[in-house]
Amino acid sequence: MPSMDRDDLLFLYRQMLLIRRFEEKSAEMYALAKIAGFLHLYIGEEAIAVGATAALRPDDYAISAYRDHGHCLARGSNPGQVMAELFGKATGLCQGKGGSMHLVDAPHRFMGGYAIVGGHIPLATGLAFAAKYQKLDLVTVCFFGEGALPSGQAHEALNLAALWKLPVIFVCENNRYGMGTPAERAIALYTDVAGTARSYGIVAERVDGMDVLAVRDAMRTVVEQARAGQGPFFIEAMTYRFMGHSMSDPAHGHYRTKEEVEEHRKRDPLLLLKQTILINNLGNEADFIQLEQEVGEVVTTAVRFADESPFPLPSALHTDVMREV
Amino acid sequence: MVMSYREALNQAMREEMRRDSRIFLIGEEVGYYQGAFKVSKGFVEEFGPQRVVDTPITEAGFTGLAIGAAMAGLHPIVELMTMNFGILALDQIVNNAAKIRYMSGGQLSVPLVIRGPGSAAHQLGAQHSQSLEAWFCHVPGLKVIAPATPHDAKGLLKSAIRDQNPVIFIEAQLLYGTKGDVGDGEYTIPIGVAEVKRVGHHATIIAHSKMLLLALEAADQLSQEGIEVEVIDPRTLKPLDIPTIVTSVKKTGRLVIVEEGWHFCGLGAQIAESVYAAAFDYLDAPIQRVTGVDVPMPYSRPLEDAAIPDKARVIKAVKALCAAQ
Repeated sequence: MPSMDRDDLLFLYRQMLLIRRFEEKSAEMYALAKIAGFLHLYIGEEAIAVGATAALRPDDYAISAYRDHGHCLARGSNPGQVMAELFGKATGLCQGKGGSMHLVDAPHRFMGGYAIVGGHIPLATGLAFAAKYQKLDLVTVCFFGEGALPSGQAHEALNLAALWKLPVIFVCENNRYGMGTPAERAIALYTDVAGTARSYGIVAERVDGMDVLAVRDAMRTVVEQARAGQGPFFIEAMTYRFMGHSMSDPAHGHYRTKEEVEEHRKRDPLLLLKQTILINNLGNEADFIQLEQEVGEVVTTAVRFADESPFPLPSALHTDVMREV
Repeated sequence: MVMSYREALNQAMREEMRRDSRIFLIGEEVGYYQGAFKVSKGFVEEFGPQRVVDTPITEAGFTGLAIGAAMAGLHPIVELMTMNFGILALDQIVNNAAKIRYMSGGQLSVPLVIRGPGSAAHQLGAQHSQSLEAWFCHVPGLKVIAPATPHDAKGLLKSAIRDQNPVIFIEAQLLYGTKGDVGDGEYTIPIGVAEVKRVGHHATIIAHSKMLLLALEAADQLSQEGIEVEVIDPRTLKPLDIPTIVTSVKKTGRLVIVEEGWHFCGLGAQIAESVYAAAFDYLDAPIQRVTGVDVPMPYSRPLEDAAIPDKARVIKAVKALCAAQ
């Protein structure tokens, strides 16, 4: 029976709202040229990062691809430091050396965003391998898009994880498009992406990635099992990105119709959770107004912090290439 | 104590693995097969399969796994059956191992050794005979070591294992059986320090890995003709010990750089640039390079011999320099 505690649900809503408002603001800052490079927004997919993270302990590992703001914020990173990183400032999570696609927050066990598609999936098996080697009951959650699944490295990682029974949970965020290419033109088993994992003997299931409670509850089950040494697991979370692949393509009109996007927006994860909360009398409109205000202030503060922060000193160019002792 | 290069590597890893349980060896056939070249003989018996990990043929997968494990605090030694197969893991080495510390602003580090034989043996064909040192040296964030003697191999491998950064450690199939005096007891050789292997004053030869043996043979023969050559083994290719090289060149005024790798954009081009910058006025003649020929390695023995530097070419280069005034 899924947990329907009021505080839990409002917290999940708050986390998704934080990601949503943070990213909307990021898009504004990109338009103002405060943020440059590639910026890939997670808007529409928030339920996956938030639902999955809700099933983790603070010391579990999470790792992601380049669309990583949501995972990082869900893990508890300071929004000001995240925004400062997007601004390329010295106060950013990675002192401005990573950028949008390479957020890392080691204290929050967010082990990074990686921008070579499929390339971080073997790293996840390594984090899980280390936990097993050290006899620690930690699990690793690896987020990636369905577009990464045809890559060789994804298959190598799935095979190793299954072969060595590693405590890793692969969370495939199936948003139906790898950049502009729909899954049916990229993945042989596009109607059953989880089936790819099953072919390696990995227990895999599909969940509604727009329903944060469905994601959380599915994750709770597999996290517990993985922690008990029954991993790995694979979850295909069906989702949809409401924005373009990055800031350089429009939300619709290029490879997707406006109607298609509008249809998916009806199942906005924020909307779905709000309905659940209201229907079950676990909250009221005043609660949501308060959350909007609270999150709005957090985001405003984050932008101000990023804007007022200094750029890295020239000497930072040469630091952190190598670790000295 | 006289031992083979293979035994020296075995001892280095064995001593370090006894010292530190975070160190493990991973790669194809490293365990029950005891290594394709028997470098890890006796390891699985002593350390068990948890620390001597046989992998499937999946270079990107297990190299990525090792990098992830290093991020989580372990110290993996990855054995590549040959450095040629490292090409399959280049994404992991270049995009992850070399960059994670920098991209994370110093939050994460990757203490990792990737070792295995490079360069040609005899008639192994184009895909198994490559000297890829220059590729690795080009990438910021990696250290590159290529020792020639059993003593250096042991001392430098121990230093590489203790280093907190990713280190590419290049051996040679034709060196595994060579023997030499190895220091007694515990010792390490610092990374980044060259050694004058033979003292001379007419010309300097720089050579690493099995080309050092060639250079020393050439120097012996030249000595009989009255030409005394100083031979320097950089041992570490990156960071390169430029001062030791420059000191020698200032003394001799003539430099030959020998490498088995391809000529174009080879290591020698970089060394020459460094020497021209630091000691141009001391040179009595243009620097000579003796390199592998810019072709894929042919199979046929006479053709293969023609593609690899030999003693005659080294001697010819030194004599040409000494004839120049």
